[in-house]
Amino acid sequence: MSLKERIDQVSDNSQYEYQGAYIGQYGGQFVPQILVPALEQLEEAFEAAIIDDEFIGELNRLLNDYAGRPTPLTECETFGRTEHCRIFLKREDLLHGGAHKTNQVLAQALLAKRMGKHRIIAETGAGQHGVATALACSLLGLKATIYMGKKDCDRQAPNVFRMKLMGAEVISVDNGSASLKDAINEALRDWASSYEDTHYLLGTAAGPAPFPKMVKRFQQVIGEEAKKQILEQTGQLPDAVIACVGGGSNAIGIFADFIKEEGVKLIGVEPAGHGLDSEAHGATLLRGTEGIIHGSRTHILQTEEGQIKESHSISAGLDYPAVGPEHVHLMTSGRAEYVGITDDEALEAFQELSKTEGIIPALESSHALAYAKKLAQAATEPTTLLVNLSGRGDKDLSHVMSILEENDQQGVTDAL
Amino acid sequence: MRYKNMFDKVSAKGHLAYIPFVIVGDPDAELSLKIIDTLVANGADGLELGLAFSDPVADGPVIQQATLRPLANKFSIEAGLNLIGQVRQKYPELPIGLLTYANLVFAQGIDVFFGKCNAQGIDSVLVADCPVKESELFEADAKKNNTDLVFIAPPDADDATLKVTAEKSKGYTYVLSRKGITGTEVAATKAKTDFLQKLKQYQSPPLVQGFGISEPKHVFDAANAGVDGIITGSAIVNLINQHYNNPQIMLEQIADYVSDIAQAAHTEHTCVS
Repeated sequence: MSLKERIDQVSDNSQYEYQGAYIGQYGGQFVPQILVPALEQLEEAFEAAIIDDEFIGELNRLLNDYAGRPTPLTECETFGRTEHCRIFLKREDLLHGGAHKTNQVLAQALLAKRMGKHRIIAETGAGQHGVATALACSLLGLKATIYMGKKDCDRQAPNVFRMKLMGAEVISVDNGSASLKDAINEALRDWASSYEDTHYLLGTAAGPAPFPKMVKRFQQVIGEEAKKQILEQTGQLPDAVIACVGGGSNAIGIFADFIKEEGVKLIGVEPAGHGLDSEAHGATLLRGTEGIIHGSRTHILQTEEGQIKESHSISAGLDYPAVGPEHVHLMTSGRAEYVGITDDEALEAFQELSKTEGIIPALESSHALAYAKKLAQAATEPTTLLVNLSGRGDKDLSHVMSILEENDQQGVTDAL
Repeated sequence: MRYKNMFDKVSAKGHLAYIPFVIVGDPDAELSLKIIDTLVANGADGLELGLAFSDPVADGPVIQQATLRPLANKFSIEAGLNLIGQVRQKYPELPIGLLTYANLVFAQGIDVFFGKCNAQGIDSVLVADCPVKESELFEADAKKNNTDLVFIAPPDADDATLKVTAEKSKGYTYVLSRKGITGTEVAATKAKTDFLQKLKQYQSPPLVQGFGISEPKHVFDAANAGVDGIITGSAIVNLINQHYNNPQIMLEQIADYVSDIAQAAHTEHTCVS
């Protein structure tokens, strides 16, 4: 290989690497000046930890013996099965805590301890990240304060109770739209005066640097395991990897190890809510525009003057008006494709997977399942799909039950 | 030049410059203009005016509450900038600073935004969520449109950061009294003299202290520490929050409060450097 070819190859690969705080033109560290030293300290600690065998050893021990890694890869017997298509599920629903969130929370909590911080703050939408943070803090003896929008506290009451059972303090945030973005604002405000002894354990691959890169690093175990497992089970790489995208941590986690495998399609599924062309969705990549929020240059649902809009999704975990910067880069560079799945389509997939496979998926993951099924039905040649089943649906039971009851009544009324 | 002229004049008398802060369009356009007139009539040497943003992460509960009113009234960014233009017409020599968040600058197109600022007679823009390390995004367009960018110097910043802040900040440098977010819940503590000295050594523009300043006592402390001016925001905005339904009382209370602080600022302070 000539020197030029080698240089070209290096620059090719580096297209998908972070350069400092940025990936492509997205990311950055747009926070009040007061928080910059805390983020720089975090970045330094992170870079040192991931090359320290002791840290990685301790993390792996927790991931295996406490959280239950590796999680299985399950081939669907019936769901989406056609003459040509096989669907494989990466079972993050079986991870302790009930979702992929636990992977990176254990890592960040260990890192916080290593940095000598005694207190953890976190935001949560559906409560999954809050629950994961509460369990990690309880395990590692850290004090946890969880900010949660008032609306979310009301609609996710069992998760509030779970967090409290595990010793976390839950603060209901009633300003702004009282949802996830406002919980993030409140956590950032707390951190502006508490950073000396407090770590902000951000829950997704978004926010200011180094969070997008760090959360990706701590979630990439999903894709690394899945790649090995699917090679063992099928002898080849999948044709496509499919994951739902809210902030984007489960998607970037399963994508990471496939980004450089050019033959593998990467597909992120956004919450299309009532429809991509309605006002009620959370499709930040497909319908948002470029802007700066929560520390990052990324895609946002916003007005022409730059006020942040509220998002909508049937699943609280995808209900966020921004997205991790790396997904914007993967989209604009053409490496990944992003599609929308509506509330109704996700709800249908939720029920179908439960009925056909005996697995109740999270409403978030149901978006990825619904799109996988569409692809399976359209397949005309042998196709293997890898879907990240990022969480289990127990937390959604009462929500889905009330929607289905409402629909039933609606059906009866319509029939009359 | 407006900042320089004002600071020269104020420091010649041994005074501190007093720069009050309010949100533009709060509680509505008409009263906002009256509030600003009240600030100027009672001793403001300059103004710091905030644009209402949906997600003000650097602000405490008092300013968050005020932000909601213009947003609820659909008082646009365009209307806010036009209102500042009216203020400029009335007070041709008064330094006017804008306080905003990065996304409001970015959304319109950075050049377009600073062009509008310039057209409305705004002297400086402070982007609350833009630290010096990200300043490159805005610098060229601000300069092209004759707008000073103001940066914040936190009390615990290292020397390298203080040096860059002193170099990049134009018009004035906003020095923080303390960590945290805006608000009077946690009062200002006397700024550490060495951090102010370092900024001066790096040839910073005049130092203006904000966050937690609400009483004349804080003003004297600030003067002793060696700053050139002070900002009060939440203390005034709190009066608007309490009395916006009774404009007469609101304006009287603001007048009383502002003249108290102005009096403290406009005393001959021996320690002013």
